[in-house]
Amino acid sequence: MSPSAPEAKEAPKYTKKDFESDQDVRWCPGCGDYAILAAVQKTMPDLGVPKENIVFISGIGCSSRFPYYMNTYGFHTIHGRAPAIATGLRLARPDLKVFVVTGDGDGLSIGGNHMLHVLRRNVNLTILLFNNRIYGLTKGQYSPTSEFGKITKSTPTGSADRPVNPLAFALGCGATFVARTVDRNIQHMEEMLRRAAHHRGAAFIEILQNCNVYNDLAWNVIYDKESKLQYELRLEPGKPLLFGPPDDRRAVIMDGVVPKVVRAREVPESALWIHDEKNVNAAKLLADLFAPDFPVPIGVLAAVDAPVYEEVMLEQEQKAISDRGPGDIAKLLTSGDTWKIS
Amino acid sequence: MSETATPATGNRKSLKELDRAVIRFAGDSGDGMQLTGEQFTTESAWAGNDLATLPNFPAEIRAPAGTLFGVSSFQLQFGSHRVYTPGDRLDCLVAMNPAALKVHLRDLKTGGLLIVNTQAFEKRNLDRAGYATNPLDDPALAERYRLHKVDMTGLTLEAVKDLPLDTKEKDRTKNFFALGLVSWIYTRPLEPTLEWMKKKFTKNPSIAEANTRVLKAGHAYGETAEIFGEHYAVEAAEMPPGLYRAMTGNRALAWGLLAAAQRSKVPLVYGAYPITPASEILHELALHKRFRVRTIQAEDEIAAVSAAIGAAFGGAIGVTGSSGPGIALKGEAIGLAVTAELPLVIFDIQRGGPSTGLPTKTEQADLMQALYGRNSESPVVVLAPATPGDCFYVAYEAVRIAAKYMVPVMVLSDGFLANGSEPWLIPEPETLPPIEVQFRTSSEGFFPYLRDPATLARPWVRPGTPGLEHRIGGIEKQDVTGNISYDPENHDHMVRTRAEKVRRVAQEIPPTTINGPATGDLLVVGWGGTYGAITAAVERAQTEGKSVASVHLRHLNPLPPDLGHILREYRRVLVPEINSGQLVRVLRAEYLVDAVGFNRVRGLPLASEEISEAVNQLVGSPA
Repeated sequence: MSPSAPEAKEAPKYTKKDFESDQDVRWCPGCGDYAILAAVQKTMPDLGVPKENIVFISGIGCSSRFPYYMNTYGFHTIHGRAPAIATGLRLARPDLKVFVVTGDGDGLSIGGNHMLHVLRRNVNLTILLFNNRIYGLTKGQYSPTSEFGKITKSTPTGSADRPVNPLAFALGCGATFVARTVDRNIQHMEEMLRRAAHHRGAAFIEILQNCNVYNDLAWNVIYDKESKLQYELRLEPGKPLLFGPPDDRRAVIMDGVVPKVVRAREVPESALWIHDEKNVNAAKLLADLFAPDFPVPIGVLAAVDAPVYEEVMLEQEQKAISDRGPGDIAKLLTSGDTWKIS
Repeated sequence: MSETATPATGNRKSLKELDRAVIRFAGDSGDGMQLTGEQFTTESAWAGNDLATLPNFPAEIRAPAGTLFGVSSFQLQFGSHRVYTPGDRLDCLVAMNPAALKVHLRDLKTGGLLIVNTQAFEKRNLDRAGYATNPLDDPALAERYRLHKVDMTGLTLEAVKDLPLDTKEKDRTKNFFALGLVSWIYTRPLEPTLEWMKKKFTKNPSIAEANTRVLKAGHAYGETAEIFGEHYAVEAAEMPPGLYRAMTGNRALAWGLLAAAQRSKVPLVYGAYPITPASEILHELALHKRFRVRTIQAEDEIAAVSAAIGAAFGGAIGVTGSSGPGIALKGEAIGLAVTAELPLVIFDIQRGGPSTGLPTKTEQADLMQALYGRNSESPVVVLAPATPGDCFYVAYEAVRIAAKYMVPVMVLSDGFLANGSEPWLIPEPETLPPIEVQFRTSSEGFFPYLRDPATLARPWVRPGTPGLEHRIGGIEKQDVTGNISYDPENHDHMVRTRAEKVRRVAQEIPPTTINGPATGDLLVVGWGGTYGAITAAVERAQTEGKSVASVHLRHLNPLPPDLGHILREYRRVLVPEINSGQLVRVLRAEYLVDAVGFNRVRGLPLASEEISEAVNQLVGSPA
C-alpha cells in the first residue's frame, strides 16, 4: 500500500446526484448547512476520487449530521473527537480521502485539543468548520466564537468569554492550509472546497454559516449586499489586498508591523500588500482582520508544504520492512535471552 | 522453607539445599535495585528455577535520596518446585540504606538473613529515615535476624580505586557488590550478569570493568569473609520441557498483539497516551513496525481510543491501552464502539486509585469500571490474564473475539502483572487459534447491521469497497438497515441485541479448570493477578488435607457458562480480591450464591499466607 495515494483508482464520471444519500435531510428550513451540503456534493465529482474511497467523519452538533447526507462512507462519532478518529483512520487507510465536518462548538470547544493536534501533525484531511457562532442542536447557548457579551439562554446578562478566532487558532497550531468562505457564496465555497481537498496535509476551512433559528444573520456584514461591497476582501495569490466599491477602493497595507486601511489611490503601488499564500506570518495578520475597522478576508490565507504525519509514519514502516523484512512472531519470541529445559 | 543440610564437597563452607527462597533488594531509588533484582532473576532462570518477581518503586522519577518514600525494591521468589508468587515473607533482605531497612524490615522472617550496607548508616541518612539512633547498634536486631554488616561502599571503592572514574561513578557500582554477594549466598551463576555487562557497556570499558570487578568482589567476599557460615543451593525446578524466556506482562500484551496482527494479516493501530503502568506497551509496540503495527502517542486518552476506533472503522485492528484514570476518560468513546459495533481492544493496566491514587502500585479495582463504567447499557467483553506470560494469550484472544463478534473487548491487567516477570514457555505461534477476519465485499442484500446468526456480528466493511458505501454513528439505529431510529421498540431490541452479542462470546470459553476436587468444602474464586497467591494458598490447604479447590476466571464478561454449576458444588465460596469486593458482588448477583470476599487494598499483591488464613477460617466454619 503506497502512502497517501487517494487518486490511485480511476474515478468514474460522477454528477452531484451520485453523492446524494437516500436519507431525509433534517436541518431546519433555511439553515446555511443546506448550501454547504449542495456545494460539497457539487465539488465531489471534481476530486477524481472513486466515491467508495471518500469518507466523511463528524462529531456532534448540527454540522455533524453531514455524513448521513453524503452517499459515501461516513461516521457520525462523538462530540469533538472527529479529528482524532480521522487520524486513526488515515493511519490505517492512507488510500482514503477523508473529510472532517465540525462546528464552532464541536471543533473549538469540546474538541479544541484534537483540532490543535490534528493541525500540528498535518494529517492529510480536509476539515470543514461550520462557524455559526452559536450552539444550535442544544437550542441556543453561546459558543466559543460568539462575540463578547453575547446574550443567550445560558448568558442572560451577556457572556464573559472573549471569542476565539478560528483562522488565528488554526494558524497558531501550525496548520498548512487555512481558508475562509461563506455559505451564501456558492461559487467561492466550491472553489475553496476544491483547493482544500487537493491540499497535501491538514486543510482547514472556516465556513461562515447562518443559523437562522438561534443566531440569524450573525455574518450579516458579508451577507448584506451593501455591507458586503464595503467589507469583503477577496484574497488572491499575487494580487494586492484591495476591497470596497469600485469608485472607492481601499487597500490594506502594512504600517510598520501593523495592518492599516488606506484609500488605494492615495498610496503608491509599491506600498500595496501583495497576498502570498506561502507567507504564514502575513496570514496570521490577515486572520485577525475583521469589520468594522478592517475588511473581512475571504479565500486562502495560507497554503504551505510540510511533512504529513501518516506519510512519515508509513515511510518508517516501509523502511523497517525493506531493511529487515516483515515481522515474524516466531523469531521474535525466541530472540534475546532464552534457555532450554529438557 | 524446608532445609536439608548436605555437606558440600570442595567448599569449606557448608552448602544447604533449599526448595525455595524469597529475596528482596531494597535501597534508594538511585541505588539500582531494579537492575540488581532483574539480574538476580536472570541468574536464577539460568539456574533452572521457577520464579516470580515483584518490582516496587516510587512514582517519583528521582525521589530525594535517603527518604522513606524514595525507597525502591525488587523481590523475587525462586524455587525447585512451581513458584506461584514473589513470596510473602522474606528469607533474605538486602538493605542499602537506613530508609530501606525501616520500610522493609517488617517483612523479614525472624531468623532471616539481613545484609546491610554499613557506610550508608550515617547521621544524615539516619535522620532522613527517622532513626534517632543507629539501628545497627541495637543488639536486638542481631538477636532477631542473622545480621551481616558489610561496608559495601568501602569495599566497592577499594575494588575500583585505580580505574579512571569519578567517586560518584565508582559509588554507583555498589549494587553489583550486593548482587555478587547474594549470588554467592544462593549459588547463582554469575555468567549471565557478566555477559550482560559486556554487552551493555561496550562503549564504556571502564564502567564495564568496574561493574565486573565489583560483582566479583562481592562474590569473593561471601566466599572468603568469615562471617558467612553457609550458603544455599536451590535445585532446578521440574518444569515442562521447552524453550523459555523471561516475560513481563506488558511485553506479553504487546507481543500478543503482534502475533494477532501477523495471524490476521490486518494492520494494527495502537493509540495511547503515556501513563503508568501502561506506557511500556506503547514503547514495545513502537519497536516493531515490521509487523505493520502503527502506534500513535495521542494528545490525550480520548484521542488515543478515538484513533483506535477510527482505525477499526477503516478495517484495521484498533487497540488502546491505559490505566484506570485513562479508561475513565475513554468511556464515552468505548460506548461509541459498542453502538457502532466495531472491534476494539482496550487494555486497562490497573493501579491504585481513585484519581491519581498510587500510580506505580497494583490494584484490581477497575472490574466494575470495565463492566459498567459507561453511560447507559453499554456491554463489553472483559478478559483478565492470570500471570505475566498469560498476558500474551489474553491479548491475542481479545483481538480474536473483537474481530469475530464486532465488539469492544477490555483486558484487565494490573501493575503487578505488568512489571512482574516469570519464566515463560515460548509457544509455537501456529498453535494459536486462527483469527479469521472476513471483510464484506458483496453488495448483494447488504445492510450495515445485517447480523451473523451465530455471533450476531454485523459485517465489517472496509471503506474503499465499491457499492457498500454506508454511514454509521453514535445515534441509535434501526437494526439491519442501520438508519437512524428513535423508535421505542427498536431501541429496546437493540439494547438486548448488543447484550446478547456479548453473552454469545460464552461460546468461546473452554470448560473451567478446577484446581482441586470437583465438589467439597470450599471453592476459592479469583481473577487476574491474584492467581499465584490463591493457587499457592489453595495447594497448601490441599496438602494439609482440606477439601478446597480454586477456579481462576480469565473471562469476566461473559462469565464461563459452567461457573454457576461449579459454584453450587461447594459448601462455601471465597473470593479474594485487591478491591473492596467487586467480583464477589457480581457472583452473588449473577448466581444467588452466598460467596464471601477476602479484600485488602494496599497497592500490593495479596499474600498467599493471608489467603491461607481466610481459607482456614471458612473451611472450619458452618455454611
